[in-house]
Formats: sequence, C-alpha cells, structure tokens
Amino acid sequence: MPKVEVQNLFKEYSGRQVLKGISFSVQSGELFVLVGPNGAGKTTLLRILDLLEEPTNGKVFFDGELVDYSTKKERAFLRRKIGMVFQQTVLFNMSVFDNVAYPLKVRGERNIEQKVNGILELVQLRGFERKNALTLSGGEAQRVAIAQALVTEPELLLLDEPTANLDPRNTSTIEEVISHVNREKKTTVIMATHNIFQAEKLADRVAFLSDGKIEMLGTFQEIFGGRSQSIKSFTMLENIFHGLSRITTEGTSIIDIGGLQIEAAFKRAGNVTLHIPPEDIILSTRPLISSARNTFEGRITQISDMGHVVKLKVNVEGRDFTVQITKRSLNEMQLNIDSKVYIAFKASSVQTITETSSVPFGGKS
Amino acid sequence: MFENTFWNEILNITLLSLRVSGTSVMIGAFIGIPVGAFLGLKQFRGKRTVIRLVDVMLKSVVNTFMGMPPVVVGLVVYLILTASGPLGWLGLLYTPTAMIITQLIEVVPIIIGVTMSAVGSVEKSIREKALSLGATETQAAWLVLREARMGVLTSIIAAFGAAISEVGGIMITGGNIRWWTRTLTTAIVVETELGNFAMALTLGAILLSISFIINLALTIVQLKGARG
Repeated sequence: MPKVEVQNLFKEYSGRQVLKGISFSVQSGELFVLVGPNGAGKTTLLRILDLLEEPTNGKVFFDGELVDYSTKKERAFLRRKIGMVFQQTVLFNMSVFDNVAYPLKVRGERNIEQKVNGILELVQLRGFERKNALTLSGGEAQRVAIAQALVTEPELLLLDEPTANLDPRNTSTIEEVISHVNREKKTTVIMATHNIFQAEKLADRVAFLSDGKIEMLGTFQEIFGGRSQSIKSFTMLENIFHGLSRITTEGTSIIDIGGLQIEAAFKRAGNVTLHIPPEDIILSTRPLISSARNTFEGRITQISDMGHVVKLKVNVEGRDFTVQITKRSLNEMQLNIDSKVYIAFKASSVQTITETSSVPFGGKS
Repeated sequence: MFENTFWNEILNITLLSLRVSGTSVMIGAFIGIPVGAFLGLKQFRGKRTVIRLVDVMLKSVVNTFMGMPPVVVGLVVYLILTASGPLGWLGLLYTPTAMIITQLIEVVPIIIGVTMSAVGSVEKSIREKALSLGATETQAAWLVLREARMGVLTSIIAAFGAAISEVGGIMITGGNIRWWTRTLTTAIVVETELGNFAMALTLGAILLSISFIINLALTIVQLKGARG
C-alpha cells in the first residue's frame, strides 16, 4: 500500500488552472522528487498534500485512506503526521529552542528538551538554542525550519525547494539531513526542486512537472539518462544544437551548427541534433591549451545561481552555450556578465539525439 | 508652609492623574485587547462578501471612535451622569470615577484599533506555519497573538499617552475640583488662566516627564523584543 496516492488532482485559483490532473503514488520510505520549472505547480501540490489547500477536484489517499478536506478536525489530525518545510522560511519571534519545541508543545508531548536537542544536533545547530530565531542567517533559519518539521518524527516529510538560495555548505548539510531521515527513520519524503542535480543525488523516483501536469515519472536514469526527443522540448537540457554532420578521415564527425564547427567522436553524416552536457565544458579566462578538440571564445551573457553550482550562458558567435561551474571558481575567476571567456569540450562529450525516434541514442556518459 | 502646600498639591494632582489614566487604561486593556484580537484574527477567514462588509464596517467604526474628540466624550458622559440624566442617581458626576469612565470610553477604541491592526498585520504565513506544524486553529490564533505582542503593548502605551494628556473630557465630567478631581492637565488650564505660571510650568514639566518615561520604557521593551 502506498503512503500517499494522488488521483487526478486539479487545482484552480480564480479561474487559472494550476494543477491539471495529477496522479502518482509514493511508497512508504520512498524519496520522491518533483522536478520542474518555477510555476509548474510544485508548491500548490505540496500545499494540498499538507492540507493547507483543498483540491478543486481529485482524490488524495494517505495510508490508503481517502483524505477528507472538508473538516478542520480531520485536517488537523492528518497534519500531525506530516512535516512540511516551506520555500519561504517562516520562523516565530522566539528562541530557536522554542521554535523547534512548538510542534511538540501543541501536541502535548513529553521529553521536549531531549527531542529538541537531538534534532538540533542533527541539523548542526547545537549552541543556537537561546538565540532568537529571527536573527539567524538564511541557511541557519532553514535548518531550524527543517528541525521543526522533523522533531515530531513525521511519517511524511514535504519539502518545497528546501535549499533554494542557500550556499553550498548549508545545501549539503540539508541534503544530508534529508537522506539521513529517509534512510534511518524510513521517513517518506516528497521534495520539490528545480535543481536537477539535487534530484539526481537524492531521488528514488522523479516526477517531472510542467505546466500543472506530470510529463514524466520514473527513476532519474529513466527520465534524464536517455536523452530522448521529448526531454529536449522541456528545455531542461541545455546545449542542444542542430547541424549538418560530415565524417572526417580520422573517423570522427564535424558538425556545422550555423557557422560553428563542432567535432564529435561519433561517426555519422547528415542532419543531427547535438547535446553537450554543461558539466563537460571547461571554462577559462585565458586561451586554453588543451587536448579538447573544441575550443571557442565567447562572452558571458547570464549567470544563474543553482545552489551549489553556478550556470553560465556563454555566447559564442550568436550561439548560447550553458556551462556549469562551482560558485568558488566563479569567485576565483572574478567572472561577470560580459566577461570574455574561453570554453572547451572534448569530442567525446558531444552526443547526438536522434531526430526521428524517441529511443535514446547511447547512454549517459 | 506655603512651599509644603505647593508641593503637596502637586503630588496630589500628579497621583490623581496617574490613578485615573492608569485605571481607565487597565480596564480598557481587558476590554480592548480581546476585541481587537478577535477583529484582527477575523480577517484571516471571511471570504464571503457579507462577512467582509461587516468586517469593513466594524473597522471603520473603530477607527472613527479612535479619532473622537475627548470633549465630545466628556459631554456625552456628562449628560448621562448629570442629576437629571439616566444614571444621575448614581451620583458619580464630578468624581474620579466619572473621569475614569470618560477616559475608558476614549482609550478602548485606541486599544482595539491598534491591537486589531497589529494582529492583522502578522503574516498569514505565520498562522499557516503553525497549522502545518500541527497546531489547532485555536493554538494557531494564540501564536498569532503572541507574534503581535509588541503591537499590543504599543496599543497600551498609546492609550495611556492619550489618557494622561487628555483635558477636555475630564474637565467636563470631573469638574476640576481642587484636591478632588484636579489632574495635571486640568490644573494647567486653570493655573494658566489665573496667571500662576510657576505652578503651570511645574505641572507641565511633570506631565512631559511622565510621557518621556513611558516612551523610554516602550522603546526599551520594543528594542528588547526585536532582539528577543
């Protein structure tokens, strides 16, 4: 029996359809990740699961029982089995200890001190007990919020972008806590993120949400491992180029993507669609002397913070390449918008996506 | 001997001022805080138009009363307590009790109004967070009140400030009787008219000092509250 089952869920806000028929089920002890761009409906879905919103249509089952959204009593009863961490950290104007003790106090539980101290240990906030929660940094505050959700040992943990806008250290602490409770306490976790790397790292299964619908559901490998045609349209994968390929005498291919010549390790002629994983591209501020066959000069047009990594858009003769680097290297190289940079990638990093069928061509490298 | 009487009278006047305003604010808090809290929390629900309309009306009435001139309150209380008035038989006119009643009517709307807006301005997310953490509706409401505690305190201080410096209302219902219903403000009016500027200025200085001490205390508490 699944822990949570959602059947054909619809949610409408003043005429706007936010969820358009969502169905999935999450097994007990599973770490289920909702991936998707902002505005896909992830937050709304989590709020419905936390019984803060009522679905316009559809059913939710918790432990096999239909959730009755109509009575306050039932909602309050079920909520006590669920812990939720909101994207916007909300803490009460009281000490860290009192904040974490609050969910225990409203349940009239005992051994509050012991439980609070235990959970503060887990989120690495011992010594912060008497500080006012409103004076904490963003990362510390979010760890308090996680402690609040976990201190009651919930059966289901809901996380809405728990590491958005956090620095790498806080992000990894929080990721460790999440996988710890999932592994050790067998807590069922449903987490929303727009960070695909986080999904890859943590998820047992992933649901790809887009525009209020689940577009794909499966393990990370199943969804993102094969670079199928449909993924491309989600614009989740960057560095997709189309061009005409010809085979060289060395047995490699040169693809002309509208002026730029890209060398690939495969042997294929004709029209192809290419994909170059952002993490395979090397970035430098000086001309690269490297064995990489493809080196280009460009300018940074966009810098986006993805949590523990930074994604840069580098414009090379009108083509945008997405490059992924660590935040540290961004600072070390003192990169800014319009900085001149050099990018390089190996011929073996260039992959093709078959144009005609959705059968993945080649595995994930 | 003169000196002694001078300071004795000043002490008498000051203590009466504190007693009248202090009592009215204390009673006012018992009425105003629950009502203000209720009205402030109310806005979390009310989706239906009727509820909203009632809400808007109630709040407008409260705000109107907040700005009501004390003289008008004094006049109404006078008409009620005067010998031929409905409550004339109580014999309360020109007593400190009449002054307390007058100021009570003045401070209750202030306490309701400020408490209401303080509770109402607590983020909706606070209540939601409490519910999400397993609180019942009542427990969540208490938490919202707790978060608004600085605003509630402000309402008390604002009410006391208004009461202690009020003159028009208590002048009418208290009668400004020497050694009996004469307060700092009413005494200043009389002493100025009589040309006793030494007395008037001394009383003015005392009034100002009381205001300052109250505001100092408020600021300290608020700063502490902000830090936790």
